[in-house]
Amino acid sequence: MQERLASSFDPFVLPYTIGLVFILTYLFIALIRVVKALPNDDKFKLLKHIFSLKIFKSGWEIFMECLLHRKIWKKNWTLGYMHTAFAFGWFLLIIWGHLEVNIFAPHRLNLPWYPIFFRYFMMETETTLQGSFFFFMMDLTLLYVLSGLVLAIYKRFRRKAFGMKRTTKLRWNDQVAMYALWAIFPLRFLAESFYSEISGGSFLTAGVGSIFHWFYNFTENEIYIRPIWWAYSISLGVFFIMLPWSRYTHILSEPLFIIMRNAGIREEHRNSGYGKVEIYSCSRCGICLDPCQLVSVASLRDSAAINYTRHLRLWKSAKAHQAASTCLMCNRCTKACPVGVDTAALKLNTKHELVNLHTEKQYDYLNTSVKDISTPLNALTLSGAEATDVDVIYFAGCMTHLTPATKLAMTKILEASGERFNFIDAEGSICCGRPVLLAGARKSADELIKKNTELFNQIHAKTLVTSCPICYKFFKENYALNMRVLHHSQYIQELLKIGKIKINPTTAKIVFHDPCELGRNSGVYDEPREVLKSVGQLQSTAYDGDESLCCGHSIAAEALPYRKRRVMSDDVVEKLTTNNPDILATACPACKKAFSETNKIEVKDLAEIVAENLV
Amino acid sequence: MINFGYKRNESATLDLDVDNSELYKKLLKEEPSAATCISCGTCASTCSTGQFTDFNLRKIMLLCKRGDTQSLEPIINRCMLCGKCQFACPKGLNTRHIVLILNKHLHAGKIS
Repeated sequence: MQERLASSFDPFVLPYTIGLVFILTYLFIALIRVVKALPNDDKFKLLKHIFSLKIFKSGWEIFMECLLHRKIWKKNWTLGYMHTAFAFGWFLLIIWGHLEVNIFAPHRLNLPWYPIFFRYFMMETETTLQGSFFFFMMDLTLLYVLSGLVLAIYKRFRRKAFGMKRTTKLRWNDQVAMYALWAIFPLRFLAESFYSEISGGSFLTAGVGSIFHWFYNFTENEIYIRPIWWAYSISLGVFFIMLPWSRYTHILSEPLFIIMRNAGIREEHRNSGYGKVEIYSCSRCGICLDPCQLVSVASLRDSAAINYTRHLRLWKSAKAHQAASTCLMCNRCTKACPVGVDTAALKLNTKHELVNLHTEKQYDYLNTSVKDISTPLNALTLSGAEATDVDVIYFAGCMTHLTPATKLAMTKILEASGERFNFIDAEGSICCGRPVLLAGARKSADELIKKNTELFNQIHAKTLVTSCPICYKFFKENYALNMRVLHHSQYIQELLKIGKIKINPTTAKIVFHDPCELGRNSGVYDEPREVLKSVGQLQSTAYDGDESLCCGHSIAAEALPYRKRRVMSDDVVEKLTTNNPDILATACPACKKAFSETNKIEVKDLAEIVAENLV
Repeated sequence: MINFGYKRNESATLDLDVDNSELYKKLLKEEPSAATCISCGTCASTCSTGQFTDFNLRKIMLLCKRGDTQSLEPIINRCMLCGKCQFACPKGLNTRHIVLILNKHLHAGKIS
């Protein structure tokens, strides 16, 4: 292996070098801005993470996700192969290039273009076996990347072969970057093939190169040979310059995102530092489009997670807010996202930036005097005083008052169990605060949290049982209560297990719908199923567990029109009743309300089914 | 005083020569479903906030149509946004969105 030319520079390296300098400068400035926007606590967390052993875990995750795209492989093999071919293949090409320079021309390592255009500046001699090894590996890797490229082009025409019904609609900036990326590898292949007779090549480039020469035996000085190196360099330069303005920004931001996420950094008020990295880490791959019911059922493509992040990147905060306020926050997209972008949290921050309802007087009625018994809230405090020493506090929740059968069933079960309980909001109470938080008003939610905590903590109970998954999630995660919090499905399962209640099994065929707030958002899947198995024949569906659908009536989507909600709930009922069950069971009053409207099947809360069959 | 479960409203005069429907027009633009309100009062009867205060969505819609922004301003943000009214509404109005939009326009720049 020896240097072919006396000069180590040629004008064609300029587009590539300019692009590289630009992207490195951009990366440096962006990194400083992101770290600067972090609060001091988070800066400390980040430093602590970088200088601890945990950084190896992050490094492994970066390797598995950014290069190998493990989560995409899990979704679809062809899609995974395509992504890995581009990411890991290109990474290997860079590694081989640098190794070659390191071994054969170490004095040229300071020139950034040398590893990239290695075969222009260097030539193989007969004696270097190592050189032929690297040339072989280079050709093999290039073939790997090119196979990914063929799949990428095929995907544009037949995306169903890749397990995707819908894919991203590209804007001009994404298109320019994508075509530049697609051009890089064939151009490199052509350039190296043309030069294989001059500087050597392996099975791929030498083989194709000899075919070219068979057609026409050209020499290096001929005018139409050099432009191929120019084209290769320009495609690289264009790709680098378009990188920050296209979806490919995720190549830069995803490793940082993984490190920050593993360092435990979260943002709760606005998307400034961590949130920005998260938004730029969205690769707009389109994998979240199919799971999103707003896109697939309600045809609201603008509300999809990828379009929301695009609005934010284009500084269209009004449009982003619109997308956020029609989102059901069912988190189906977050579960599907190969990058792990938590769009629900991002959307909540967007709402929080724009919505504020809080004034001194907003909820002053919460603090009316205890002696004034004309209001139920204070009556509730008093009934608590009568029965402060109980085992269980039962909090039905606002929505459960709209489905009275559920609260009646729960009262029956609690009475049958013999537990001492206090039905704390029998006469109505205040909201748990999650709906107002989901609308973006954190301060207002804090007031409700404070009042409810006061109310619950003055009754010395061990357990708080609620019938509403919205309340359950909020009590569990945002309240500091002196008692454990259970959803009624968990509580009934516990009562059954210790034998405090007994039920007569029936032969009814039951299908269970996992409410989003209970299942995906709180991780309670097994308890309701165990209860239903003991009372009837539980049928499984294609939408169990993480695949469960949203009823469409989520409290998070304040701007979603009723028509769209109905379309979605009708669709869910149809999908869940394909096996003709007798009862559609759920564990959320909102889901029950949503499904009851379709009038196609008997919809019951899990507590009702249990209460009907108590021994 | 005996609690009959409802209150008598103070008598009020309405100046029909003054057209102040700007707020209502804004509301309709952002939430078209507001136009389908039939003033049945189901929202008010199920309201969580209504148990403790005079907050009444039916009345808010009425005040909004009349353009009485002065009466609206102090009460509009008392809503807890629990969403019961939305499930109860026979016409499927996005009641929570209505409250949020009115809040936005009435309190623009006034809330910390």
